[in-house]
Amino acid sequence: MKSNLAEKRDYVSSTNACKACMPLGASIAFKGVEGCVPFLHGSQGCATYMRRYLISHFREPVDIASSALGEGEAVFGGGPNLKQGLVNVINKYQAKAVGIATTCLTETIGDNVPAIVKEFLDAAKVEGPGGKMPALIHASTPSYAATHAEGFHAAVDAIVRQLAHPVARHSGINLLPGFVSPADIRHLQEVAKGFGLKATLLPDYSRPLDAPAGTSYEILPGGGTPLADIAKMGGAAATLSFGWTPYSQAAGRDLQERCGVALHDLGLPIGLRQSDAMFEALAALAKREIPSRHADQRGRLLDAMVDGHKYLSGKRAVVYGEQDLVIGLASFLAEIGVQPVLCASGGRGAGFRENLERVTEGLVRETVHAEPGVDFYRIAELSRELKPDFLLGHSKGYLIARELGVPLVRVGFPIHDRFGGPRLHHLGYRGAQEMYDRIVNALLEQKQSESNVGYGYL
Amino acid sequence: MSQMVFEERKDQFFETGTDKPFRISCDKQSLAGAVSQRACVFCGSRVVLYPIADALHLIHGPIGCATYTWDIRGALSSGPELHRYSFSTDLGETDVIFGGEAKLTRALDELIPLHQPKAAFVYSTCMVGLIGDDMEAVCKKATERHGIPVIPVMSEGFKGNKRAGYYAACEAMFRLVGTGDTEGIPPMSVNLLGDFNLAGEIWIIREYLERMGVSVVANITGDGRVADVRRAHGAALNLVQCSGSTMELAKMMKETYGTPFMRVSYLGADDMAQALYDVAEFFGDAQAMERAKEIVSEELGRIYPRLKRLRKDLEGKRAALYVGGAFKAFSLIKSFRLLGMKVVLAGSQTGTQEDYEELASICEPGTIIVDDANPLELMHCLIEKDVDVFVGGVKERPIAHKLGIGFCDHNHERKLALEGFVGMLNFAEEIHATVMSPVWRFTPRRTLPRLEEVAA
Repeated sequence: MKSNLAEKRDYVSSTNACKACMPLGASIAFKGVEGCVPFLHGSQGCATYMRRYLISHFREPVDIASSALGEGEAVFGGGPNLKQGLVNVINKYQAKAVGIATTCLTETIGDNVPAIVKEFLDAAKVEGPGGKMPALIHASTPSYAATHAEGFHAAVDAIVRQLAHPVARHSGINLLPGFVSPADIRHLQEVAKGFGLKATLLPDYSRPLDAPAGTSYEILPGGGTPLADIAKMGGAAATLSFGWTPYSQAAGRDLQERCGVALHDLGLPIGLRQSDAMFEALAALAKREIPSRHADQRGRLLDAMVDGHKYLSGKRAVVYGEQDLVIGLASFLAEIGVQPVLCASGGRGAGFRENLERVTEGLVRETVHAEPGVDFYRIAELSRELKPDFLLGHSKGYLIARELGVPLVRVGFPIHDRFGGPRLHHLGYRGAQEMYDRIVNALLEQKQSESNVGYGYL
Repeated sequence: MSQMVFEERKDQFFETGTDKPFRISCDKQSLAGAVSQRACVFCGSRVVLYPIADALHLIHGPIGCATYTWDIRGALSSGPELHRYSFSTDLGETDVIFGGEAKLTRALDELIPLHQPKAAFVYSTCMVGLIGDDMEAVCKKATERHGIPVIPVMSEGFKGNKRAGYYAACEAMFRLVGTGDTEGIPPMSVNLLGDFNLAGEIWIIREYLERMGVSVVANITGDGRVADVRRAHGAALNLVQCSGSTMELAKMMKETYGTPFMRVSYLGADDMAQALYDVAEFFGDAQAMERAKEIVSEELGRIYPRLKRLRKDLEGKRAALYVGGAFKAFSLIKSFRLLGMKVVLAGSQTGTQEDYEELASICEPGTIIVDDANPLELMHCLIEKDVDVFVGGVKERPIAHKLGIGFCDHNHERKLALEGFVGMLNFAEEIHATVMSPVWRFTPRRTLPRLEEVAA
C-alpha cells in the first residue's frame, strides 16, 4: 500500500532547514579530541552562532575560536589572521591540538589552509604545553557544500588522515561511532571494555561536551580521544565504523587503504538487529562471548517489546534528522511494529532510500517514503497528509507536532526545548530500551490526555 | 587576571576608582583567536529587523545563517507570525561559481505569492558579498513584479561588527519610513524604537503610554508591522531604547522628517518611571504627567512589598553583567541597587566610547569595565570579583554555572518579561531564584575552600 502523497513540490528556497552547516559538525568532532580547540577560519559570527547553538543543546562551555576576518582580509586573504589567531589560541588555551575548519567565506576567497598552516609551522615561535607545537588539524568544510553531518565526518576524516599513520600492529581496535550523544559514547566505551577490547573511540566528546561539575571553568576540558591513541589508530587490529552514508565511512576507509586496518562498516547500532550486528562484530573481534549483562539487556528489551507491542502495533511515525540517524531509527521503528511513514533529512548523501528499504524490508506494510534534501516546510506539508501518530526527531519538529496535536519523541540533536539531550541514549540494547519506553509512554500520555475519563490505570 | 588578558586587548579594560583618567578602546574588530562573545554584521541586522512580523525575512546565502537564527528569540506578535519562519536561498556549490542572483529571484517569486508578506527583507551574508550578486537590482525587479517593497539588507558578516549590522537594518527600514499615509495620527504620538517585544514587553509599555493618553504609531520593531513603519514619520516623537541598534534610524528620521528623539529605558523601576515622566514632559501635558505619576505610584505599590522581601535575602550580594549593548547595563546597575546589590563587573559586546564613559561614571569604585570580552577574561573577572550572580546570554551561562555562580538570562532568547514595573519584579524573582538556590552549597568551587577552612 502506498500513501497518497501530494506530488512533490520542488522548492527553490529553504524554509526552516532540517540541517545545519558543515563547520558546526566539524566543531563537534574537534571537541572530541584531547585538548583540542575548534577554530573556524571565517568571520566572527560563524563561531559565535555555532557556540550558541551548541551551548543550548549541551549546556556546556563550547569555546570555538575564530580568525575573525574583516573586510580587508576578505579581499587580501585571511592568512595573517589565521596565523595570529593560532598564536593566541595556543598561548592562552595551551591547546594540545587546534582543529581548523573553513567556512563559506574562506572557501570562497580560496584561502589555502594547508599552505598557511605550513608557513605558520615553518616560522613558528609559539610553544604549546610542554614546549611542543600542538597538532594543527585542518578540515575543509565549506558551508555551501553539504550539512553538519558531512562536516562532522570531514573533520573525523581529517583527524585520521593527518594524525594517524601506519605504525606497528597492535591488538586494539578503532571505533568510529559517528555523530551520537555523549551518553552513547560512554555506553560504547563500557561495551568495548566489557569485551576486554582496547578501543580508540574517535571522536570522544563524552566529557568535553558533558563534563561533571568542577572547581572551575575548564578552558580545556579533560577527556577527548588521546592524541597518543589517535597516532596508533593505523596499527589497530580493526576499525568498527558506524553509519550507512558514504561520507560516514570515509575515515574507516582511509585507515584501511593507507594503513591496512580491516574495516567493519556497520550501520548505527540502533534497535535490535543493528545492535546485534555490533555485538556480534565485537564478539568476533574479541574472540569471546557477548558478556552476560548485554545478553540480559537484550533479553529485557525483547521482554519489553512483547509487553508493549499492542501499544505500538500499526502506529505511524514521521522521522527526521541526520541521514544515518534516520536510517537507524527507521530500522528500530520497523522492528517494534511502527510504520515509518516519512523518513526525512536535510542531507543528500547517496543511498538514503536504498538503505531505508533494506533495514525495514519484511517488517513494514507500506513503502517507506524517503525524502532526502528537504526542509521542515516540506516535512510539515507531508505530515499533514500522512497524519502520523507521533514524530521522532530533534526539537525543531516541535511546531509540526504541535500543529498536528501528536507527541514528539525527542532524539538526536539539537534538543533545544527539553533538558538532558546529551544524556539520551540511542545506541545498543540500552538505547533501544530507553527509546522504546519513551515512545510507549508518549503514546500513553497522549491517550490519557485525550480521554475525558481520566483513567489513572492504563 | 592580567595574564589572562590578551596583550592586544589590554586597552579594552578599565577599572574604576583609581586615579587613572577614563580611557577604553572599543568598536574594534574582534581579536583573532580570542573567542569573542560577539556575532557579526548579519546578526546585528537580523536581531533588529526580525520581529517585523508581516515581512518576509529571506537570508541569501548558504544554510547556516538561517539555521542558527530560526525562531530563537522571544519576540512575540499579536497577529501574523511570518517572522518565525527561517527562509534561506540555501546557496550551494554551483551558486558560488555562477552567482546566486537567479536563485534569489526564483526564491522571491515562490515565497512572496505563497506567504503574501507586506514587504520582504533580503539579507546578504558573507558569501554573497564575495560572489558579487547585485542584490539591489534583484530586489528592485522583484519590487516591480510583486508590488511590495523588497529591500536588500547589506549585512555581509565580515563587513564590520554587530554595530554595522544595526546600521544596515536602520538603512533598510528607513526606505520604508515616509511611504505610508499619516492621516489621523494624534498629536500626542510616539514610535517605540529599540524594543523587540520579548515575552510581550512592548505591550506592557504601550499600556502605560495609552493610560497617559499617548498613542503609539509604530513598534520598531517588536510586534512590528510594515504599514506602521511606513507611516512612522507621522509620529511626534521617537522613543529610543536599545540605542545601539536603532539610534541611527532616529537620527535619519530627525534629519529628514524633523522627528525629535529621546533615549529611554524600560528596564528597572527607576528608568521606567523616568521614561514616563520624560514623555509627559516632552508633550508638556499636565494631565499626562498626572497620569504618569499615578501609574508609577500604583505600579510601584503593587510590586514594592514583594521587592522588599526579596531584597532582604539579596542585600550585599555581588553581580556581574555582560550584555550586548552598554545602554542596558545602566538600567541593570540601577536595578541591582534597588535590590541592595553591587555590580562589580560591567561589560558589553558593542558599547561606544560615550556608553562606557557614562557606565564608568555610575559604577562604584573597583568595578571592571570591559569591551568585547571572551570566556577566559570573563572567568577570571568573575573569580577575582567573587561574584554571586552573572547576567548575560546563553553563551555566558556555562561560564557562570561552571564556576558555581548564579545566572540570569537577559538576552533576546528569554521568555520572561523584564521591562516595566512588572518586569522589575520578574527580574528580582529571577535573581533571587538563582542566588538563593541551595545548589551552590554543593558545587565543588564553593564547597572545596570551605572544607579547607574546616581543615585549617
